[in-house]
Amino acid sequence: MTFTPRVGVYICHCGINIAATVDVAAVAEFAALLPGVVTSQAYTYMCSDPGQALIKKDILELGVNRVVVASCSPRLHEPTFRATIAEVGLNPYCFEMANIREQCSWVHPAGAASTLKAMQLVASAVAKATHLEPLEVRQVPVIPAGLVIGGGIAGLQAALDIGDAGFQAILVERSAQLGGHASLIHRTFPTNEPVQDFLNPLIERVINHPRVTVMTSAEVTDVGGYVGNFRIQISQGELSKEVKVGVIVVATGYETFDARLKPEFGYGKYPQVITTLDFERLAAAGFIFEGGAPKQVAFIQCVGSRDQVLGNPYCSRICCMVTAKQAQLVRQQFPEAQVNVFYMDVRAYGKHFEDYYDRTREDGVLYRRGNPAEIIRRGDRVVVRAEDTLLGEPIEVEADLVVLAVGMVPRADTEAVAGLLKLARSGDGFFMEAHPKLRPVETAMAGVFLAGGCQGPKDMSEAVTQARAAASAAMIPLMRGQVTVEAATSFVDEELCAGCGQCAQVCAFSALELHPVRGVMAVNPVLCQGCGACATACPSGAINVHHFTFEQVMAQIDVLSEIDDRLFLKQVTEALPVIVG
Amino acid sequence: MLQIDSRQFVKEHGLFACIQCGKCTGGCPMAMKTQLNPRNLIYRILVAGNGFDIEGREELWDCTTCATCYSRCPKLVNPMEAVIALRSAFVEKGRVHPNVKTALESTFRQGNPLTMPREDRGLWVGDLQVKNISEGAEYLFYVGCTPSYDPRVQKVARAIVQLMQGSGVDLGVMGSDENCCGSEIRRLGEQGLFEMMVEENRETFKSLAIHHIFTVSPHCFNAFKNDYPKNGMQVQHYTQVLADKAGRGELKFSGGVDKTVTYHDPCYLGKHNGIFDDPRTVLKTIPGVKLVEMDRSREKSLCCEGGGGRMWMEGTNPGTRLAQQRVQEALDTGAEILATACPFCLLTLDEAVKHLNAQDRIQVMDIAEIAVQAL
Repeated sequence: MTFTPRVGVYICHCGINIAATVDVAAVAEFAALLPGVVTSQAYTYMCSDPGQALIKKDILELGVNRVVVASCSPRLHEPTFRATIAEVGLNPYCFEMANIREQCSWVHPAGAASTLKAMQLVASAVAKATHLEPLEVRQVPVIPAGLVIGGGIAGLQAALDIGDAGFQAILVERSAQLGGHASLIHRTFPTNEPVQDFLNPLIERVINHPRVTVMTSAEVTDVGGYVGNFRIQISQGELSKEVKVGVIVVATGYETFDARLKPEFGYGKYPQVITTLDFERLAAAGFIFEGGAPKQVAFIQCVGSRDQVLGNPYCSRICCMVTAKQAQLVRQQFPEAQVNVFYMDVRAYGKHFEDYYDRTREDGVLYRRGNPAEIIRRGDRVVVRAEDTLLGEPIEVEADLVVLAVGMVPRADTEAVAGLLKLARSGDGFFMEAHPKLRPVETAMAGVFLAGGCQGPKDMSEAVTQARAAASAAMIPLMRGQVTVEAATSFVDEELCAGCGQCAQVCAFSALELHPVRGVMAVNPVLCQGCGACATACPSGAINVHHFTFEQVMAQIDVLSEIDDRLFLKQVTEALPVIVG
Repeated sequence: MLQIDSRQFVKEHGLFACIQCGKCTGGCPMAMKTQLNPRNLIYRILVAGNGFDIEGREELWDCTTCATCYSRCPKLVNPMEAVIALRSAFVEKGRVHPNVKTALESTFRQGNPLTMPREDRGLWVGDLQVKNISEGAEYLFYVGCTPSYDPRVQKVARAIVQLMQGSGVDLGVMGSDENCCGSEIRRLGEQGLFEMMVEENRETFKSLAIHHIFTVSPHCFNAFKNDYPKNGMQVQHYTQVLADKAGRGELKFSGGVDKTVTYHDPCYLGKHNGIFDDPRTVLKTIPGVKLVEMDRSREKSLCCEGGGGRMWMEGTNPGTRLAQQRVQEALDTGAEILATACPFCLLTLDEAVKHLNAQDRIQVMDIAEIAVQAL
């Protein structure tokens, strides 16, 4: 029995989003004339329950076996309609979407031309729909374990959560100690609580956890596999071992800005000039200042942040409050000291931050607006040269101690880690999340999640928040026990393939390998994300992508040239003289 | 009233990027002693609406174009170029200091801002044997106006010739055919005259098929390198050529200079072009030289106040001279020689030493002058 496509076409008004610009009734009438279409109708909101019911009814009663919805972006509602048709037994891949909102009504004025474009988009979708094939949606089992890379506060928390939830967690830390940057911090803002008081118990819990394996002085050297089934190579000293996990949380942290890159501040040259990180170390040791009490202490904000010359245009977020904290500590330890904070803007955005900033000023810390230009030497002291922009005057402030509020920068090995895990980086150099609003802890790589300073500057509470979010997101596949893999993957025509391997070179997911026996390329359908790069790279046209085959895509294009064809136009013109005329 | 179209000006100079942090003014060597306040000036232009009146803003002529402001700006704004552009508005109306007028006219007529006759430009050579570039040579030695005419700086030009010839550099000069580079003309705001000179000089260089050029002055070097349209010509400062020769072991000395030397970074070599190490390399190659650093060195070097046309203008506060402050800083290091590599720095610092009556304590010399003593 040969297959006959029976296409149902549904044109969505999207309220007035589409209907105010495109003549949706005319598009529906036009679509009814297209080959293979058995029903075509327009409706106010196709994504609503009644809208979806229309589709289900036609599948059951009219024998519709291919569905086209002309509405918004497939990013928004393709999953909705795929689920709709699956409910009544149609394969979800027998669905095609025409985006007549973002690609038409939202970007064009109302009128005949916009309606004609909507018709073209629909005709194209219908042409593809008639060639659509059902695809098998596959599930693969998930190894119930998570790898956490990085033993700072974010990595510790993520490993703990995964372990507490009942899964195995492997925490790999490059250095010999756990705790990361947090272990270098004396007290935290906005509570002035000693960091060790909560960090050490966290470390203890992780180390003693029955389901968390901690590997210090260890490094991830290779990552293979895919979500649910990652193979991780870890080297620890002389030893090298492979572990298998279902998910990965990347919590590799950050570096503090190297203040020597601002030579005008003389860091490393003047002993009076230190960084906020140096301050923490000195404060923890109990001697912020050597040799009596400092009379004048200056803090300089935004060192290495908000600076386009250095290529660090972003705000490092923590420095305003770090400085407020340290200024308070100076005033507490040396009540006679005059403390000046040089700033551009004070960003007290977090919970209790504004109170904290208020308290700092009430403690007698003087905020002076203007970011210093340079520090020079004068006798035993240094001189901060700046403009007090509120006075509108250049000023020189002598100081016994100057603290540079250094920002957070991506680790020097970010690129290497990105290569290992195939992670993207955002413009600031940190790892990039999958979506800034809706998928803030996921990456474009399925099964790989981000936590802490490796994704961008953040304070401890934000790092822990993100760590717990990443652990939760990572545990979704662990709890389900299986993951759905993309069905629209590439496949190789073994008759045409010469095994040249050019496809494997362009594949970002390492999904193609030369078959050891057959001498042709083989696709690992679990790794393949269906991007299609291999299909364009293949010199002999041997690779196709399911759901985007040459046949399907060419049908989409061919029908557009047919619309220009006089005959076809005549057909349209006769049916809809108002629109095209 | 001298109005500029402030909206257009803001757009052309990208002033909306300014976040009013004050780094420009805080680092400006002139802001401490005159009314010049780049941050405030930008703010006033931003809020001016349609037109901004620069009438009476004499402080615009104080700027030495030392580049400290824009090298520190975190938002890549260039206050220095904004000041130069505002000067243009004065120049267009002919409202300039008589000395500036003289310098501009002299450049137009004689090819130098020093009111010296064009035909005397090649006389600095004296009894040295130097090829004319028309005979063909690998490098054009572009001498520049001040080294060509000023008796004090002519010595530097001659020293450079000896050093170059001694290290096997094949050079030629243009003699009286050489023309002003226009660097100071552009910075005085006379953009039209500057563009005319660019055209003339490019034609000349093209007809002489010049591929490599080196200069005495960092100002000429910067103009050819950054202000002229790119044409594939390699432009170097003479200290770069010598540092390269030193690196190859081709800069050889038979004698030495047993002196403690401190080096003053000229703005147009250092802050403008990031050349901090080459001059120091040459100094360290000279046997006997003990190099000590001032606190304000490299990126923090203090301007001598000779740039931006200030060689011909006193500015609004002639009482305190940056060059005098600079000589004091050099004296603090205990150095016997204050070395530099710029004709303007050489002259301003030399004068400051005289003002401070410090001739018996410190001597201002160009690096080439020190090196030639050790040949």
